[in-house]
Amino acid sequence: MAWRDGRASQGKLFLFMASIVIGITAVVSIQSFSDSLKSNIDLQSKSLIGADYIIDSSSPVNQRVQEVIDSLGGTAGEEVNFASMVLFTQSGMSKLMKVRGITDGFPFYGKLETRPGWAADDFKKHGGALVDATVMLQYNLKRGDSIKIGNITLPVAGALKSVPGGSALASTVAPQVLIPHELIEETGLIQLGSRIAYEYYFVAENEDMDMEVLEDQLDAMLDAEGADLDTHTATSRSLGRRYGNFTRFLNLVAFIALLLGCIGIASSIHIYMNEKLTSVAVLKCLGATRIQTFLIFLIQITAMGFLGSVLGTLAGLLLQLFFPLLLDDFLPVDMVIRLSYPAVFTGLLLGLSMSVLFALLPLMGTLRVVPLQALRIEAKGPARSKRIRILILFLIFLAIYLFSLRMLENWLYAFFFVLGLVVAFSALAGVAYIFVKGIQNFFPERWSFCARQSMRNLSRPRNQTMTMILAIGVGTFLISTLYFTKDMLLARATIDRTSDSPNLLFLDVQKEQSALLYQSLEQQDLQVMENIPIVTMRVHSVKGRGAKELRDDPDAKVGRWVLNHEFRATYRDSLIGSESVVQGEWVGMHNGNGIVPISVAQNFASDASVKIGDRVTFNVMGQLLPTRIASVREVDWGRMQLNFSVLFPKNVLEQAPQFHVLTTKTADEEASAEIQKEIVMKYPNVSVIDLRQILNTIENILDRIGWVINFISFFSIITGIIVLIGAVRTSRLQRIKESVLLRTIGASGKQIMKIVALEYLYLGILGSLSGILLSLLGSELLARFAFETAFIPSWIPFLILFPSITAVVVLIGITNSRSVLESPPLEVLRREVR
Amino acid sequence: MANILSVRNLSKSYQSGTSELHVLQDITFNIKEGESFAIVGPSGSGKTTLLGLCAGLDKADTGSVELCGTKLESLNGDQRALLRNQHVGFIFQDYQLLPTLTALENVMVPMELRGVKEGDALALELMERVGLGERIHHYPSQLSGGEQQRVALARAFSNNPSILFADEPTGNLDEETGDRVVDLLFELNREAGTTLVIVSHDMELAGKCDNILRLKGGKIIEEPSHS
Repeated sequence: MAWRDGRASQGKLFLFMASIVIGITAVVSIQSFSDSLKSNIDLQSKSLIGADYIIDSSSPVNQRVQEVIDSLGGTAGEEVNFASMVLFTQSGMSKLMKVRGITDGFPFYGKLETRPGWAADDFKKHGGALVDATVMLQYNLKRGDSIKIGNITLPVAGALKSVPGGSALASTVAPQVLIPHELIEETGLIQLGSRIAYEYYFVAENEDMDMEVLEDQLDAMLDAEGADLDTHTATSRSLGRRYGNFTRFLNLVAFIALLLGCIGIASSIHIYMNEKLTSVAVLKCLGATRIQTFLIFLIQITAMGFLGSVLGTLAGLLLQLFFPLLLDDFLPVDMVIRLSYPAVFTGLLLGLSMSVLFALLPLMGTLRVVPLQALRIEAKGPARSKRIRILILFLIFLAIYLFSLRMLENWLYAFFFVLGLVVAFSALAGVAYIFVKGIQNFFPERWSFCARQSMRNLSRPRNQTMTMILAIGVGTFLISTLYFTKDMLLARATIDRTSDSPNLLFLDVQKEQSALLYQSLEQQDLQVMENIPIVTMRVHSVKGRGAKELRDDPDAKVGRWVLNHEFRATYRDSLIGSESVVQGEWVGMHNGNGIVPISVAQNFASDASVKIGDRVTFNVMGQLLPTRIASVREVDWGRMQLNFSVLFPKNVLEQAPQFHVLTTKTADEEASAEIQKEIVMKYPNVSVIDLRQILNTIENILDRIGWVINFISFFSIITGIIVLIGAVRTSRLQRIKESVLLRTIGASGKQIMKIVALEYLYLGILGSLSGILLSLLGSELLARFAFETAFIPSWIPFLILFPSITAVVVLIGITNSRSVLESPPLEVLRREVR
Repeated sequence: MANILSVRNLSKSYQSGTSELHVLQDITFNIKEGESFAIVGPSGSGKTTLLGLCAGLDKADTGSVELCGTKLESLNGDQRALLRNQHVGFIFQDYQLLPTLTALENVMVPMELRGVKEGDALALELMERVGLGERIHHYPSQLSGGEQQRVALARAFSNNPSILFADEPTGNLDEETGDRVVDLLFELNREAGTTLVIVSHDMELAGKCDNILRLKGGKIIEEPSHS
């Protein structure tokens, strides 16, 4: 019976199924891809670091670490890397790059991809360099051209396309140049203040070597000596977690598409069941029980839900094959897509359960139908059971919560996610409700007939106003929130172009170079805006307890990074714009008596568990320097300027070994390139950072991430469109009746078209505007609580999104009503109405 | 008296699956101004199709219809709609009121479509005339079937039509209510001097008309007296 009845309603059930298919496609594709990515990362873990494990340090290893290295059978290879300006001698242009000096054999797993292919081996033999392929393109570098790094000039042996463990995105942030290890010393760039990393590569003697045992044995000891152990398993774990977080986020976005589809289902089943009430009453007259009639429709819905889930799962599995192309920039490994059984199971279970759960409430209506309704439509059945309603709603929220919990793996986050969804959906539904009520109570009587009639249509019986506003609103909300968030992230990084803030930074300036650099800048009519001294130091003890003791104490509340980090501190007599004292008192000048009063940033204070008056002793190049916390500062790390965790007063560190950071402001990129060229030639050890370029890089990265998120949000938009079409078609019968009647009593086609267009125009305006306004609220909350920044919304969503989405809604409405508008009234009456 | 409606050799067929269904075949008749005219016949005889063609709701395959001196086949959809708006009133079996409008607003629709701004006085007068002066702000769902049909009557007369088509006007009403609606219909018709064309299979109702045309299987089986 379910099959026979369903045959006659294929169109409506098809739309129902389509709502499920899109949502499940999105969820399955992302989950399955995520599972494949995780398994690829696990399988290729050794290629991620190019070895079984690495010991790294920011200074040449000491005796103790060398003994460890020897006990491990010696290294398979070594690397020294640092950031430095690289000068392209032909063009005279330069760029800050990551210079990696590597010994033969690297990588021990995976391979360097170069153009030409043999350059990967050749560059070491002939003392050449492999330069990041994108940089080569940008700077028009060719094989055989020369580059200058510090004191040495090398030929370009080839383009570096990929390095094990690196992604295209990583090379955008820090493009690399690979040179033979033995040339590093000759660059002359290894000197005080240089941020250098020493990496020692190891290949395990046997394949079964347990990396966790190795970590347990060496980690703490190496930590204490200022070195780190990175095993391939730990790297793949942390990488898996990082990518897992991203794909989980995408999965939640996809889940919203599914939920939107479910709301469409609930709405269309509600209308579908209303149309079926007489059939149900007739069946009951013929002797069908309540359960039998309920089951007829439940079986239909379940079958459609299952079919939708199967199709969605298949589509999702197919779609994931395109993800490696889409996410190419982000992937650290070569992707081999595998069939993920958990994703298939999730797709089927989620699709089936969500479609049945969301259809249950309207389906309950069949239980209330009494046989008398076959004769008298106004006959009333028993009242709706509140308990069953509450139970179904509880099951729906439980299902949403459980899926969110599975994605977020944190019950509180899952709770807030569900709460956020409820608030967003309720707000949109509330807008629709208030609008419909508003039409009834404050109707614009003076408007033209078409304008009034189209507005009245929004509150017609069985209107789908709420569903349509939800569909339009959620889609708009997602797009504009993504836009605002990107805007916010960029705004945090934006340099204030109108102010006098610097936009060019010269790093690693040695004390004796400082005056010369001043001169060079002045010759170019550039003014040194800041000359910031930098003194490197490590924490020796906190509140009288030594760093080693704190590391060994599992109950110590001092963060590891505080104990291991090499701090770059400065000294000055005043605060700058990005910082303000929140506790204690700022001391700008030390009088030479007593313990040195310092100021620390809030994150340092909380991670080191120190408060005003506590003692912290620093090791400044071998000299112990006791200090007391005199003030705690709030620092806006998002500002594109140099900020410090540890800040000393004047009259303390002036004689300590130090280097400088000079800043200036150039008028444009050409002026910046000009001065960079000169400085790199004169002072090869000085690194130059152009903040404008960094901003461009950030913008580029956000664009790429935004594109992926937009792609997933696109599913919500497609679902929204399907729900919208479903809603339009569900109320089609009523619309046809109205149009036919109006045409019969003399309305022209233009008038009917105007009524239809205006109706969808109101819906489009209301839905998209509510979505944007809701997104403004959401973004304000994000700005306040997540990014801790001021939110100044851009006009783009209002100027582009709002009219575009409204236009799409009007187009969908008119397209779906065209057949009605074009048919003669009598034909329509006979075909559709009777 | 002049003819307000002239139908000549009218035929209409629909495609039903692979075969053609001849709904009307070679129909010819005239209706004079001010006359009340009934089209009767069993279900499927083509009554509603004929009414639709006469009112310009659809186009015939062959033949011609001249309504209020205008040949309908020479007009496009919008021109026919304008003609209906100016000269034709309608009453349907299932009332066909717009559910989103109040009773008064429903009566005003034909005037508003014509761009008449101050139609509420006439609409109010008509509502009082059909005995629903107290229920002008009620929505269709708040009115009984008989009341809804009386609102439809008021609407049909709101554009002061030359001809009024009624398709089974009592089909959904009980006998007593139906009788009251029919009395009102004829009363208003007499007062306004409108031509009345009723489609029905109710012979008692048809008997109240000046002329009757009988249809069966899409053909005329009894012609009106003056044709």
